[in-house]
Amino acid sequence: MKSLLKSAPPSAIFGMLVLVIVAITGIFAPWIAPYGETRVVGDAYMPWSAEHPLGTDNLGRDMLSRMIFGARNTVGLALLTTAISFSVGATLGMLAALKGGWLDEVLSRLVDVLMAVPPLILALMLLAIVGPSIPNMVGVIAVIYVAPVYRLSRAAAMNVVGLDFVEAAKLRGERTPWLLRREILPNIWSTLIAEFGVRFCFVFLFIAALSFLGIGIQPPTADWGSMVKENATLISFGDITPLIPAAAIALLTVAINLIVDWMLHRASGLKS
Amino acid sequence: MGNLLNIRGLRLEAGSRARPNVIIKGLDLELDRGEVLGLVGESGAGKSSAGLAAMGYVRDGVRFAGGSVEFDGTELIGMGRGQLRRLHGKRIAYVAQSAAASFNPAKTLIDQYTEAPRLHGVSGRAAAEQDAVALYRQMQLPNPEEIGFRYPHQVSGGQLQRAMTAMAMACRPDLIIFDEPTTALDVTTQIEVLGAIRDIVEQYDTAAIYITHDLAVVSQMADRICVMKDGAAVETAPTKTMLDAPQEDYTRSLWAVRSFRRPDAEAGEAPALIRCEGVSAAYGPMTVLDNLNFTFPRGQTTAVVGESGSGKSTLARVIAGLLPPVAGQFFWNDAPLEPQLAKRGAETLRNIQMIYQSADTSLNPRHSIREILARPVRKFTGRRGQELQARVAELMDLVDLDRAFLDRKPSELSGGQKQRVGIARALAAEPEFIICDEVTSALDQLVAEGILRLLVRLQTELDLTFMFITHDLATVEAIAHKVIVLKNGQIVEQGGRDEIFGDPKQAYTKRLLTSVPQMDPEWLTEARARERSLREAQ
Repeated sequence: MKSLLKSAPPSAIFGMLVLVIVAITGIFAPWIAPYGETRVVGDAYMPWSAEHPLGTDNLGRDMLSRMIFGARNTVGLALLTTAISFSVGATLGMLAALKGGWLDEVLSRLVDVLMAVPPLILALMLLAIVGPSIPNMVGVIAVIYVAPVYRLSRAAAMNVVGLDFVEAAKLRGERTPWLLRREILPNIWSTLIAEFGVRFCFVFLFIAALSFLGIGIQPPTADWGSMVKENATLISFGDITPLIPAAAIALLTVAINLIVDWMLHRASGLKS
Repeated sequence: MGNLLNIRGLRLEAGSRARPNVIIKGLDLELDRGEVLGLVGESGAGKSSAGLAAMGYVRDGVRFAGGSVEFDGTELIGMGRGQLRRLHGKRIAYVAQSAAASFNPAKTLIDQYTEAPRLHGVSGRAAAEQDAVALYRQMQLPNPEEIGFRYPHQVSGGQLQRAMTAMAMACRPDLIIFDEPTTALDVTTQIEVLGAIRDIVEQYDTAAIYITHDLAVVSQMADRICVMKDGAAVETAPTKTMLDAPQEDYTRSLWAVRSFRRPDAEAGEAPALIRCEGVSAAYGPMTVLDNLNFTFPRGQTTAVVGESGSGKSTLARVIAGLLPPVAGQFFWNDAPLEPQLAKRGAETLRNIQMIYQSADTSLNPRHSIREILARPVRKFTGRRGQELQARVAELMDLVDLDRAFLDRKPSELSGGQKQRVGIARALAAEPEFIICDEVTSALDQLVAEGILRLLVRLQTELDLTFMFITHDLATVEAIAHKVIVLKNGQIVEQGGRDEIFGDPKQAYTKRLLTSVPQMDPEWLTEARARERSLREAQ
């Protein structure tokens, strides 16, 4: 592990640093934040000051505190959503590659249908049906992102299921869970991890976008996407405050991609 | 002093400059005009790198670290890329092992043929095309006028290899490097390609470096042979001297491999462990196996021989239960054998094990050797804890592997060691019957011999029955009690080893047997004469 970190290029180290900082802020938000998440501490749109380093928002809540709590909500939910879509998508993808036949056919066509509709429109539609709440939103986004994960893991697993060691395991009479977990998964792990990083960014941006549109994380819960929307008016007065949550989103996305790039590089390097 | 090519003290390195990985350490080679030099050695001996270095070329990541390569009075090391490019293709040509991978699949053969002459300004397109047809005819390609206008996938592997040799001759180079040009071909195809290459090299008085691991092949082609080991020349001598009186121990050991025979070849009658009655198998509408009847005698090795596409690997899959037959039935000790893998009981699964050709793909690269061996032991014998570990260690001893390898990953083992792990995994189940699918084809001769000796020893110790699938008849002669010859999914001939090798009844078997290259330098000439008379007789 130590040598692994040592081999990381500066870009990846920067990425990890950002990730660690965000994670710590998210986990320890109640202790770090100067004010409560939803507490009104002053007038609306107060300028930056010693008391409120980033000023206050449209309802007079402390911007910095909301940023800190927002890290927890936005990033935490994105992580949960990505994890769900990966466990479901990767399992189904490997299963389809292993079993083939009608199972593969049915799953693949279902996924094609999911992918045929633009994700944002699909999400808006589904959320309109089930109603906007956090569990619903997580469910809906997870379902939408099962599709690309399924396709990737199926394609990666296809290269593995044809190999002799999988056949040897079948001849040994191994059951499907063993084949998936022990024979196939370890061999497509690096691909999946890299994809996880990229998907996490997409999901994260997606949640921010939904919140911006007003059907994601519901007020008064703080999250970076809706914070951009709530304070958008300030832009017309030349104040950059609403850009700060946007910048946080951008920074985290870039950081994760830097790490993923490095992991992809390592994975391809190991193969050759 | 060779008057065409002089390599002196050549040294090639890869990796970092501080701790280089030496690929070739001080190689001296010389070559006269019109001379064919055979470069023989096991994989990793550096023969391909030496061949490329003779062109003044090194692979990515490799560099010249010393010595000189002088071609026709010009030093190639340090020459500019542009100058080298003018030399390559025109005066020095290269024929790669896999013609299928070396041709551009999107262009016709003749398009690719004319590229070099036009690029080097040797001739125009029309003249080059005429020349191509003439060379195709000399290489004995069918329909020489027409074949050039086909795409690479429309001609067979042997034809493609000949087309590639013709392409290398396009500018009438002074030197051609052949890098294992027939290794991927069946024996009967190999004869044609070898013959065509030899004729054309002789006719145009081209010098050649012929790289191969097959001693019999090189003794047909070369005037002189250089044996390489670990990046250095072990011994160089004219072919005849080299074959009759090799000086070095290493050379002698290479020669001796070919004479390995199992001591107990005459096993006599034994009851059938597996009996096959009228089995046919198909992939969709395509019949691959057609009404096979045979037995595998208990405790003996039955070799299944055939060229690629004969259905021998399919037969293994059918017996293993991966592809249920469309007709017929197998019997295990006279009891019907369940055709579907999923319905087979634990006892049947345990009794039938398989060893694969490529140890690279048959061992899960993410598991340690311990995990790979422990799983079947636990699954089939129910051993746990201490007992399990003891058995795993015992298995390593059984296949002559160091127990220290247990905690390594397959990628940290050599090809031969990996194959031994594959064997140990099959033995872990304590089976009665093992299917060996081309287990030695991917290995060097010395390593392969070690594996064969191991299999023979295990057979006597553990009373195993082997089904040995191979296309290599030398291996069959070394290890089999009984031989089944397959062609196009049908049994051409079957019988005891001495019966098949001593007195083959069928024309196909005879042809297969005479196609196996022998160490005698006259063999190719004789074999081609035989082929010709056979063809005329038909």
